[in-house]
Amino acid sequence: MRHGKYPFIVGFLAAPVALYVTFVIAPYLQAFYLAMTNWRGVSANPKFIGLDNFQRLLQDDVFWKAVRHHGLLLLALPLVTIAIALFFAFLLNVGGGSRGGVMTGVWGSKFYRFVFFFPQVLAIVIIGVIFQRVYAPDDSGLLNGFLKIFGIDPILFMANGRIALWAIVAVLVWQSVGFYVVLFSAGMASIPKDIYEAATLDGAGRGAMFFRVTMPLLWDTLQVAWVYLGIAAFDAFAIVQVLSVDQGGPDGATTVLGMEIYRNAFSYSQFGYASAMGVALFFLTITFAALTLRVSRRETIEL
Amino acid sequence: MALLTREATRQAAPASTERREVKVLSGFAHLSLAVWAILVIAPLAWTVMASFKNNTEIFLGNPFALPSSFNFDSYVRAWNDAHVGRYFLNSVFVVSISTAGTMLLGSMAAYVLARYKFFGNRFIYYLFVSGLAFPVFLALVPLFLVVNNLGLLNTYTGLILVYIAYSLPFTVFFLAAFFKTLPNSVAEAAMIDGASHTRLFFQVMMPMAKPGLVSLTIFNILGQWNQYLLPVALMQGENADQKWVLTQGIASISVQAGYEADWAALFAALTLSILPMIVMYGFFQRQIQQGLTAGAVK
Repeated sequence: MRHGKYPFIVGFLAAPVALYVTFVIAPYLQAFYLAMTNWRGVSANPKFIGLDNFQRLLQDDVFWKAVRHHGLLLLALPLVTIAIALFFAFLLNVGGGSRGGVMTGVWGSKFYRFVFFFPQVLAIVIIGVIFQRVYAPDDSGLLNGFLKIFGIDPILFMANGRIALWAIVAVLVWQSVGFYVVLFSAGMASIPKDIYEAATLDGAGRGAMFFRVTMPLLWDTLQVAWVYLGIAAFDAFAIVQVLSVDQGGPDGATTVLGMEIYRNAFSYSQFGYASAMGVALFFLTITFAALTLRVSRRETIEL
Repeated sequence: MALLTREATRQAAPASTERREVKVLSGFAHLSLAVWAILVIAPLAWTVMASFKNNTEIFLGNPFALPSSFNFDSYVRAWNDAHVGRYFLNSVFVVSISTAGTMLLGSMAAYVLARYKFFGNRFIYYLFVSGLAFPVFLALVPLFLVVNNLGLLNTYTGLILVYIAYSLPFTVFFLAAFFKTLPNSVAEAAMIDGASHTRLFFQVMMPMAKPGLVSLTIFNILGQWNQYLLPVALMQGENADQKWVLTQGIASISVQAGYEADWAALFAALTLSILPMIVMYGFFQRQIQQGLTAGAVK
C-alpha cells in the first residue's frame, strides 16, 4: 500500500483544499479583521478602528430589530413546524392502527407524503414570489380573494407591520413541514413494531402511544430538527428580500441580519460595518447551537 | 398467544363506543391531512391557472375561476421578453458543472481523508467540517472582495468555483463517513493485483460508494439550483443580467412585473420554473427525499 502514497494524497487534496481555503476559509478569517475597520468600498483604504463598529451596532435600532425578529423566528418556526410535522408523521405512519400486528399509516399516506414534501424541492425565491401574489393586498390575491367570499375586507398581509413577519413565518412553515414529515417518518419507521404491539396490548390509545412511545424514541431526530430549523431561523434572507415590501419593511418590520448585512455591503458600501454584523450573526448562531445541544441532551434510549 | 390476548382486550372494551371514537379520530386525521394537502397544492395550482389568464381576469375575475381560454401569449412573453429561458439554461449550465466539480473534488478529498493516514489528516478534515458551523453571511463581504480581486466577479467561472467551495464542507463530511464504511479487503485485493491508488479510487471505490454519491449529488444539485445569496452577491455589474441564474431572474421578473403590471407573464415564468421540478420530483421522489434528508440521518 505504500508505493506512491504521498504524491497521490497531495494530488487528490491539492485542488479541493486550495479552492476551499481561497473562497471559504480566507473570507471567514478576513471577516473578523474587516469587522474592525471602517472600510467603505473597494477603492477606499480601510482604517483599523478597533471595536467601534460593535459599539455602533449596540446603538443601532435596526440591528436590534433584526435580532428580535430572529428571536421570534427561533421560537415560532421550530415549534410550529415540528408540532405540525410530528402530528402528520404520526398519522401517516402509525395512525392507521395495527393491521396484522403491523402499524400502518392512514389511507393515502403515500400521496400525502408526496405532496407535503414537494415545496422543499422549490427554490425559496420562487416560493417567495408565488406568495407575493398569494398575499396580494387586493382581491386578485389568492388569500384575499378567498376571504372576499366571506365578505372580509382585503388584509394588507405584507404592508401591515404587525402581521408581515407572521405572514413570512407562515410561508417558511408551509415550505418546511413536508421535509420534517419525511424525516420523522424515517425515525418512526426505525422504531420496532413490537413496541407498538406491546403498547397496544397494554391498552394504549393513539394519544398515549404518541406521547409515551413515539416521542421519547424519536428524541434524537427531534433534536436534529430543532437545530436545522434554528439555523434556518438565523437565515431567512432570501424570503425577506423577495417577499417583504422594501426588502425588510414596512419600516424594518420584517428585516433580518442577513438582509441588513447585504444592504450595508452592497447598497451603502459599508464593508466594515456589514462584516461586524456578520460577526455578530456568527456568535448568535454558535451560541444557539451550543445551547440547544446542551439543553436538549438527554439519555438516548437504546433499543 | 398474542392473538388471544388481543381478542380478549377487544372484547373487554365496550365495543361500540370504541369504534365510534376511532371513527371520529380517523375522520379528523383525514380532514387535517386533506386540508394541508390543499394548502400545499392551492398556491401552485392557482399560479399555473393564472398564467393562462389575462390581466382583466386576474384583477377583476374570481381568483378561483378557470381561465376563459388557454392563452399561451403570457408564456411567449415570459420566454422572449422576460428571458426565463435564458435564466433557466444559465442555471442548468452553472449547476451541472458545479455539481460535477463538487462531487469529483469532494469525493477525492473525502476518500483520502477517510482512508489514508498522513500527517495533517485530522487538521484538514476539521478544516472542512468547521465550514458547516459558519453562516455564509459572515463571509459575504470578504468573499465579494476575493472574487473581485481575482477578476472573477460576474463570471460563470467565479460563480461555479464559489458554489463548489461552499458545497465542499458537507460533501466531504458526508462522504468521508461513507468511505470509512467500505470494506478494506476489496481495496487490498485490488492493490495486490497491481492497481495504482488513482485507479483503485476511480474503478473500485467510486462504484462501491454509489449509493452515497447519488444521495449527495441530488442534495448538491438542489442546493445549488436553489442558491440565491451567492449569485445575487457575485453576479453584479455590467450586463450581469445576461448571466443571471433562474432564482435571480425570477426575483427580477417579479419586480419588473410590478412596474409593467404584467402578472400573467410572471405567473407563466413561475410555472415554467416549477414544472420541471414537478416532473423531476415525480420521477425521482424516493431518491430526492433520501438525498435531502441524508444530512439529518447519522
